[in-house]
Amino acid sequence: MLDKSFIGLTTKPRSVDVEKGQLAFFAQATGETNPIYFDDAAAKAAGYPAIPAPPTFLFCLGTMAPGDENIMGKLGVDIGRVLHGEQQFTYAKPIYAGDTITMTTKITDIYDKKGGALDFIVQDTEAQNQKGESVGVARTVIVVRNG
Amino acid sequence: MNYADIKLGDTLPEHVSAPISRHTLALYCGASGDHNPMHVDIDFAKKFGMSDVFAHGMLSMAFLAQLLTKWVPQQQLRHWAVRFTSITPVHAKVICTGKVIEKFEADGEKRLRLEINAVTDGGIHTLAGDAVIALP
Repeated sequence: MLDKSFIGLTTKPRSVDVEKGQLAFFAQATGETNPIYFDDAAAKAAGYPAIPAPPTFLFCLGTMAPGDENIMGKLGVDIGRVLHGEQQFTYAKPIYAGDTITMTTKITDIYDKKGGALDFIVQDTEAQNQKGESVGVARTVIVVRNG
Repeated sequence: MNYADIKLGDTLPEHVSAPISRHTLALYCGASGDHNPMHVDIDFAKKFGMSDVFAHGMLSMAFLAQLLTKWVPQQQLRHWAVRFTSITPVHAKVICTGKVIEKFEADGEKRLRLEINAVTDGGIHTLAGDAVIALP
């Protein structure tokens, strides 16, 4: 079982640039066919200031943002034993290519099930753009298989 | 599309992914920044008791996002949540469906709650959740 004293652990803010090439790569990898998600001209013709980040990309930004803090490492969790249990997004503002997103992740809960065979780690990542506006919150529930 | 035109039980046009190849998983690994070897390195997967690599849950959530953004512009998506109920095997096609289950008003907006699901072409129910969408 994981140490519940890690509840409340909060990372330092970490920032990442939203690059249009990365968004186009993401569109290719996910089979996206709507050109607003990979073609700058199509996005602008549709009334967007730049290519929008698609709905799940906030999660990717959290993974891409460089940071020297490895939450799973701090908790002593081996990445081979983790599964993604749940994912939620709440949006406040759109994210576009050219934005810089700054994120802070907090462990908001840790609990176990099946007599400790499974641990659950709930993390909330709050994200802001370069204007200091909230763009949204991503909640991730990680499941750790013990034994 | 207007709020007044929507009825409870209305369904979204189904969205079906291409089969998830090992190449898809390699591309998604790089494109998403999720470099967990469990999805691309069969040696690593076997070391942790899995018989093969399996798809990122977030890849299927991206397919569910496409279900939604084909139906309404993305800026109308307010909140959504999914549970990953089973692992998605390599080679699966992911079938994404949505259904209107609630009409309500919140924060001065007319909103819909959709039930959304992902099922593989092999019949495995992989993602279950809901989405809140604002409509004029």
